[in-house]
Amino acid sequence: MAPKLPLHHPVEQSSTASAGGQAAHSAPPRGLMRWLLTTNHKEIGSLYLIFSLTMFFIGGVFALVVRAELFQPGLQLVEPEFFNQMTTMHGLIMVFGAIMPSFVGLANWMIPLQIGAPDMALPRLNNFSFWLLPVAFTLLLSTLLMPGGGPNFGWTFYAPLSTTYAPPSTTFFILSLHIAGISSILGAINIIATVLNLRAPGMRMMDMPLFCWTWLITAFLLIAVMPVLAGAVTMMLMDINFGTSFFNAAGGGDPVLFQHLFWFFGHPEVYIMILPAFGIVSAIIPTFSRKRLFGYASMVYATGAIAILSFMVWAHHMFTVGLPLTAELFFMYTTMLIAVPTGVKVFNWVATMFRGSISFEPPMLFALAFVVQFTIGGFSGLMLAISPADFQYHDTYFVVAHFHYVLVPGALFAILAAAYYWLPKWTGHYPNLKLAHWHFWLSVIGVNLTFFPMHFSGLAGMPRRIPDYALQFADFNLASSLGAFLFGASQLLFVWLIIKCVRGGEKAPAKAWEGAEDLEWSVPSPAPLHTFEHPPTFRRDENSA
Amino acid sequence: MRTFIVWTAGCLVVPLMTTLAMANGWNMPVGVTDVSREVHSLHMTIFWICVVIGVIVFGAMFYSLFRFRHSKGAKAAHFHEHTLVEVIWTAIPLLILIGMAVPATATLKKMYDPSDADLDVMITGQQWRWRYEYLGEDVAFTSNLGTPRETIRGKGERGEHYLLEVDEPLVLPVGRKVRFLMTSDDVIHSWWVPDLAVKQDTIPGFVNENWVRINEPGVYRGQCAELCGMDHGFMPIVVQALEEEEFDAWLAERKEAAAQEASGVDREWTLDELMARGEQSYNAVCASCHQPDGSGNEPAFPALAGNQALMEERERHIETVVNGVSGAAMPAFRNTLSPVEIAAVITYERNAWGNETGDVVQPLEIAERLEE
Repeated sequence: MAPKLPLHHPVEQSSTASAGGQAAHSAPPRGLMRWLLTTNHKEIGSLYLIFSLTMFFIGGVFALVVRAELFQPGLQLVEPEFFNQMTTMHGLIMVFGAIMPSFVGLANWMIPLQIGAPDMALPRLNNFSFWLLPVAFTLLLSTLLMPGGGPNFGWTFYAPLSTTYAPPSTTFFILSLHIAGISSILGAINIIATVLNLRAPGMRMMDMPLFCWTWLITAFLLIAVMPVLAGAVTMMLMDINFGTSFFNAAGGGDPVLFQHLFWFFGHPEVYIMILPAFGIVSAIIPTFSRKRLFGYASMVYATGAIAILSFMVWAHHMFTVGLPLTAELFFMYTTMLIAVPTGVKVFNWVATMFRGSISFEPPMLFALAFVVQFTIGGFSGLMLAISPADFQYHDTYFVVAHFHYVLVPGALFAILAAAYYWLPKWTGHYPNLKLAHWHFWLSVIGVNLTFFPMHFSGLAGMPRRIPDYALQFADFNLASSLGAFLFGASQLLFVWLIIKCVRGGEKAPAKAWEGAEDLEWSVPSPAPLHTFEHPPTFRRDENSA
Repeated sequence: MRTFIVWTAGCLVVPLMTTLAMANGWNMPVGVTDVSREVHSLHMTIFWICVVIGVIVFGAMFYSLFRFRHSKGAKAAHFHEHTLVEVIWTAIPLLILIGMAVPATATLKKMYDPSDADLDVMITGQQWRWRYEYLGEDVAFTSNLGTPRETIRGKGERGEHYLLEVDEPLVLPVGRKVRFLMTSDDVIHSWWVPDLAVKQDTIPGFVNENWVRINEPGVYRGQCAELCGMDHGFMPIVVQALEEEEFDAWLAERKEAAAQEASGVDREWTLDELMARGEQSYNAVCASCHQPDGSGNEPAFPALAGNQALMEERERHIETVVNGVSGAAMPAFRNTLSPVEIAAVITYERNAWGNETGDVVQPLEIAERLEE
């Protein structure tokens, strides 16, 4: 079902491509206004990617402040209040500012190219949803400078710590989440409209590359749950400023209600951050195995199954709040079930590699590291699902290890893999191989040195979100801190590599990778500003007809 | 190729590290209750299941990566679908999961049965200490971090139980079923002792239940597990499990002490007595926010030393300590501290660090106010 390219590119296509499409338009604005007003999916995609990279470094610095304080026992560098602000802001910035926008950036760049569309379906909306983000995150970061400091209640902001007991800046935090949420919803609407309406003639849903499929499903998740988050933070706003008691037991409210609302948003949110990664890896592994993706249809169904199950597992984050036994059992069983479709995906990737013809370019290295390390995160996830054992794991470093394995060597490595995979298409140059190898190996070593010992410190009894710890956890924390600084420093190599790649390097042809089969490889590298102004002819692979 | 040797080495090192870790006791503790043993065995079972699946999946993957290399001239096959295989690798994990769910369900049911308890203990979380109340026994006390603040800041040697030591541990009997009733006065906390396999959130306005039957005497340590504000990292839990007779003797002794404390309310205290008692309670309960020298931590925690409003408004000072400040971080101490302790703390705050008002607040005055 993977598409096979037409043997000859339609003549019109290559001519518009080389003309860059500029001739037909009045001169576009230059300088800053060009970026402020752009409605071009590639430019907006680049803006999203640059923004998320910036946020990644800001959130990374916050993480390093945390790791520096935890380097050895005792309080040395920061006060506990500031420590709590750092853990909170690290989580918020990485989730809402780095991982999510970078996937939206990749979607903006690649979905129109992968389905043969000239642009996103709603280009002006696209511009608006991007420019909301700098506003939201400037506001969020500015809370750190307000009296009483920024958010200090963890990225999950449980009431009443985030309401009655919160710093005055919390109202601004709520506003910034609202703005970021609107941005996500608008972005999701745009992706759904694009995927459903703008596919090249002849391309059925089941012909789409998996990245488009996983993003389509992710977009529906976003539309379903971002309003729930908006509702929860609005209730917080009312509790803080207007004397309501949604989450205040003294006024007849229920603090646990907050957790139900938060995790009804929060668990699908976890999949929002990993489903597009599945799509990326499902593009890269077949390309560098020179073999079609094994079980395309089952990949689509598994993604759908994960999405549906994601609405039925939220209370596994709340096993210790005192749920009734039946609820505890229900959420344990549904959570365990998620292992089945997730397992299917991993098995399919391995089966794709089996009897392929495999080479190890940088995108493939990151994709392979993704498969192994994401699976490790999946294993600890399965352990966490076992409710009686979760009483011991819950809110310890074991959980910190688990979700960082899924998010850093998981989601983040998939984003890096995507960057290496599509940089030739974006810039027209291959990334520097030597730098890429250094970046890859230092990242792998750094990430595992950081997060693997956290499994042990968690099992040995170290709670999360503490600024100082008992002496038996000292060795693990020392290792984690060293790993974190190594990982952080090695990401600077990535920035250097991107700058080099934009400026020059080995020229890439339209089809930059030998085994790449999707439509984006039919347009020149670098992709001109306007592509597919005339829809390409899409021909299905005969084998699958 | 060389990269792959490194990779594979990595894949060997990780399980090796794991084994080492288990050997050195960095794993989840087996604990000292029947339930904690069951939880540990569930943990090890699911761990080994994951290891076996990992070996198979990663084995297949690395075999493919070695065997089907483009650089060695591997030609890609053309298959890309196989319904039977897909069904098999959906069904087998499902069966494994069912096999795992059965013992997990049985353990969970046991953990959820707090009936027929021999002793009820009320556990109340407070920013940032625990309060224990032996229901029906008239014995109650708060348990504060025992590590001095200066040690945390690097002055003095850090002892073996750094941050895991308290001024007064929760004392429990071995062999009896103890039911915990758990709640909070302010934000959500979570009471966790790994050796007892009990982790339960304490939620303001709600009472959670849990239970424990300890098999071996000893001292078991844990910490608050739910982020609860500034000093979340500094509210440890220490449980001392005593043989039944020792426990009964301890409880009787505490009851007598409590009765004596109650009788202390009726007598007249001198300023010096109250100052001495007040300093002790202030440092245990108030100093984490208002600082040992009364300098506070603005804006949330006002300074008490040199605070004109405090020195001038005796009545409001008492009201603030007894009933707290609604909507702010200051908790009500009416149920947390005894009348003697409240009177002593207020007297101390009105006369320490240069606040020389000379005021004496008698326990009797507080006791009468509490009865209103």
